[in-house]
Amino acid sequence: MSLSNAEIESAVNPSDEDSFVLGVKDCIPTLLGYLSIGFAAGVVEKTAGLSIAEIALLSFVLYAGSAQFIAAGMIAANSSTTAIIITIFFVNVRHILLSAALSPYFRHLSPFKNMLIGTLLTDETFGVAINKAAHKRNISEKWMHGLNITAWLNWVMANIAGAYFGNWISNPEKFGLDYALPAMFIGLLVLSILGRKKIKLDVVVAIIAVVISVGISSVFSSSLGVIAATIIASTIGMVLEKWK
Amino acid sequence: MEVRWAILLIILGTAIVTFIPRVLPLMVLSRFELPEWGIRWLSFIPISVMAALVGQEILMADGEISLSAGNVEILAAIPTFFIAIKTRSLLATVLTGIISLMILRFLF
Repeated sequence: MSLSNAEIESAVNPSDEDSFVLGVKDCIPTLLGYLSIGFAAGVVEKTAGLSIAEIALLSFVLYAGSAQFIAAGMIAANSSTTAIIITIFFVNVRHILLSAALSPYFRHLSPFKNMLIGTLLTDETFGVAINKAAHKRNISEKWMHGLNITAWLNWVMANIAGAYFGNWISNPEKFGLDYALPAMFIGLLVLSILGRKKIKLDVVVAIIAVVISVGISSVFSSSLGVIAATIIASTIGMVLEKWK
Repeated sequence: MEVRWAILLIILGTAIVTFIPRVLPLMVLSRFELPEWGIRWLSFIPISVMAALVGQEILMADGEISLSAGNVEILAAIPTFFIAIKTRSLLATVLTGIISLMILRFLF
């Protein structure tokens, strides 16, 4: 008796699943955010000395906003290839959580099909998908591809547009464009705190993470600062929540 | 319009280390159940990692802690946080940040 109508319908009628086109439509609210950050990323990458072909390839293959800003900064600073790859790994290792959180909704798919879903996973597409999942047991494979591919192509185009624009800008700092990244982090931080009902605990965890991150980064490296802050602050959050 | 060998290596290397955390949990965890404490720990990661990155971006300059009033990136964070909380829109937040910093750099 506890089954809702939606659950009965999806069990009875599997052809009722969400289409690719609906996935494209559900991506639209995030497109403007992507455009502005992708555009800023393109400008910053261009002024870091990357060619337009390199920027197109980077946004097409790496496809990760914060990672591209950081990679551009490190390339401009002549960091070693190894240091850049290790830093990007630490910056992007958080995708483990997003991927893990979506996994229950794709149990109906094979590991290979799950790999295709995960390849284009970002903070924004995760946000749209997990909201969709709130009313369902499964997420449609076609719908997820529609969402992912729309976001991906939009990101690449925004980067290339920014790269062309970057030809006329020698100093992106003057226009505040280098702040697109910290502002995006602030936005994602606020959204992830407001999306849960544990504001006090989350703010405490965030402050602990900031202190550890800044403290360790000033002595060792910034990538070590991020990973140590993430592990220690998350562990403290887990323990505090358990003891309450 | 060329792609340098060193840049290609960076692109491929960073793409591989990004691909693995994106796909591995989806491929593996759709087969297993995580323990309750594991899910609880994972749930704090977005907040910790974003806070750590925000801290580094606005409180540090060239590897050193920079807490002076002349650090315009801290000042620009105030309207950025405010708009993020009020609107819950990523786009409005990013635009507020860019415009605030542009104005602050113009003034100081």
